[in-house]
Amino acid sequence: MTAVDTAIDSGVRPSRTRHGARFSEWIALYSMSVLAALVLSAILVEATGGDWRPVVNALLDGSVRHPGRWGETLATAAPLLVVALGTVISSKAGLVNIGQEGQLFVGAAIGTYFGFLIGGPGPINVVLILIIGAAGGGLWAGVAAGLRYWRGVPEVLSTLLLVTVGGQAVAYGLRWEWLLLAPEGSRGNRNQVSEQLATGNRLPRPDLFGNEFPLTVFISVILAAIVAFVLSRTVWGFRLRMLGRNPRAAQRSGVSETRYGATALMLSGAFAGLAGAAMLTGGGFAFGNYQLVPGFSANIGWTGLLVALVAYEKPLAAIPVAVVFAGLRTGSNFVSGTGVESRITDVISGLLVLALLIPAAVMFLRDRRRARAAATERV
Amino acid sequence: MADFFSSVYEIFTTETTYSNGALLAGVLAFAATGEWVAERSGTLNISVEGMLLGGAFTAALGYHVTGSVAVGLLTGMVGGMLIAGVQAEMSHRLAADQFVVGLTLNILVFGLTGFLENEIAPDSTLARKFEIPLLSEIPLVGEALFWQRWPFYILYLLIPFSWWLVYRTRWGLELRSVGENPQSADVSGIDVNKRRRQSIYYAGLTCGLGGAFFLFGHVGPFENTIVGGRGFIAIAAVIFGGWTLRGTLAGCVIFAGALSFRISIQLIGYDINSELLQALPFIVTIAGMAIFAHRVRAPAALARPFIRGLR
Repeated sequence: MTAVDTAIDSGVRPSRTRHGARFSEWIALYSMSVLAALVLSAILVEATGGDWRPVVNALLDGSVRHPGRWGETLATAAPLLVVALGTVISSKAGLVNIGQEGQLFVGAAIGTYFGFLIGGPGPINVVLILIIGAAGGGLWAGVAAGLRYWRGVPEVLSTLLLVTVGGQAVAYGLRWEWLLLAPEGSRGNRNQVSEQLATGNRLPRPDLFGNEFPLTVFISVILAAIVAFVLSRTVWGFRLRMLGRNPRAAQRSGVSETRYGATALMLSGAFAGLAGAAMLTGGGFAFGNYQLVPGFSANIGWTGLLVALVAYEKPLAAIPVAVVFAGLRTGSNFVSGTGVESRITDVISGLLVLALLIPAAVMFLRDRRRARAAATERV
Repeated sequence: MADFFSSVYEIFTTETTYSNGALLAGVLAFAATGEWVAERSGTLNISVEGMLLGGAFTAALGYHVTGSVAVGLLTGMVGGMLIAGVQAEMSHRLAADQFVVGLTLNILVFGLTGFLENEIAPDSTLARKFEIPLLSEIPLVGEALFWQRWPFYILYLLIPFSWWLVYRTRWGLELRSVGENPQSADVSGIDVNKRRRQSIYYAGLTCGLGGAFFLFGHVGPFENTIVGGRGFIAIAAVIFGGWTLRGTLAGCVIFAGALSFRISIQLIGYDINSELLQALPFIVTIAGMAIFAHRVRAPAALARPFIRGLR
């Protein structure tokens, strides 16, 4: 019996907990652990001689309050959400894809390459880049899928290892003009940079109340709805979830593990690639100004993965989570103005993720505890 | 072309090449040894990167306060184990997803050390070099292996100790059984998640040491970008080595060789595709897994969380 078990055991009336009580328990756990994370961050700031109030103000200013900032936050949330949706798909199929960072980068690179190669009039070109970007990300995840189902290499390992390979492959492409590197004149003072997308070849950025953000925001929300529907209301989604829950039962009832699993993994990569292409064509302050540079992926892949898992693999729950994480990112730009090192936001978001993991884990252990107690009571 | 080959020959016959390689291989070996132990228990601990960085930072703090490298190594160990503590307790006591915890820790430690480095600015320095007489006179590799900054020699104890721990103790047997078949281990009375937590703590200890060694043997002053993906290379080395200690160490040596070869060849003015060389450890590992997938077997329960009664 572990310490947690004994602590939880005391004073619990098993099997008679009502629904409402359970709900308030959830709320209490969540607010406690999130509060703990925030207090811990505040203590950290105070301990190093800063003041936590201006940091909070700066975070709110940078993410929401200042003119034009919430548009920026939404623009950052969109790729996070798209990556998270892909992650949801593969996790539902019982696969662990942790290579979104690489899939995103490779997708964006392949999208850029073919975008410039094929050309075409503006709107068509944008759609082309998005589609090819998604295909590229899917292809990169397809490598992992192939290794998984053809050679039995665990996808956890291959997707993780492919992140660096993808990053280096793109960096290599950015060295050669026949691949991705911009021609001499349009390179500016950088030596590894792709050509900038022409103004006509970018996603439109609608303007709402002085906040402009790329169209990807709408696309990502629509995608979330589609993914939620497909996973919960279609035969395909049902089979995918069955594969994730009980592969043997799925196999017996005619769900091909190879086909569904590989599709899920590649779709997950395709979403990451789409996010990359959207970052490229949607641009914005945060994402490299419509051109590809080394480090373009800027941790969006990793963070998107966290978004999915913090949202417990629920597509619609991922929307607010993505916005919160995006807010921390955009808010961090303002924090450095307060004299507190802006990397504190990395710390805050890290602690926040850990804090968001705890309630579910505690509840899970608690429920098991109660069920066990109930079972012994009956005997 | 002949020019190129003669300079490559020169690189391979200079002792500094081997010394540089040994430094990097040492860092990887510290981290990979612990990670190997952790993976044998069925955990896939991806916070190695964070553990190395955390270890390096706390080592710098320890040195900053006391001015002693030995204390720095100790605090480095403590730092690594602190991060391991979060990883172990969150993912193998509270049953949170180990990848989320690991990834978050990497980001968290990166942010935390960057933040604190800016606020505290610990200063640290390289450790003293220590020569082991006679052995250091072996041509080429003698200096690399036996005339190193002294924390390097901890490896000569750590590696045999880890081997003994995993293959020759009851604890190690239980550890491996937990990695292969947690259900059976559970039935025979082993606390599966406890063993896993312990193995992660061990990984934290060695990674913390590795970070400290990196600081005192290689870098000197702390910066939070020093680790730069080496934790992932250590993970790749464990996989490359097919979850044996021998193979893991071979992986460390090969990867470190490739990476330091790149630096040497750049120093003499050639640029042979640094991207390829940087991706090489990972490509080699993936190719190795694909080719030997049926001969080399991962611990059967690798990366599968254990919850009694489920799965």
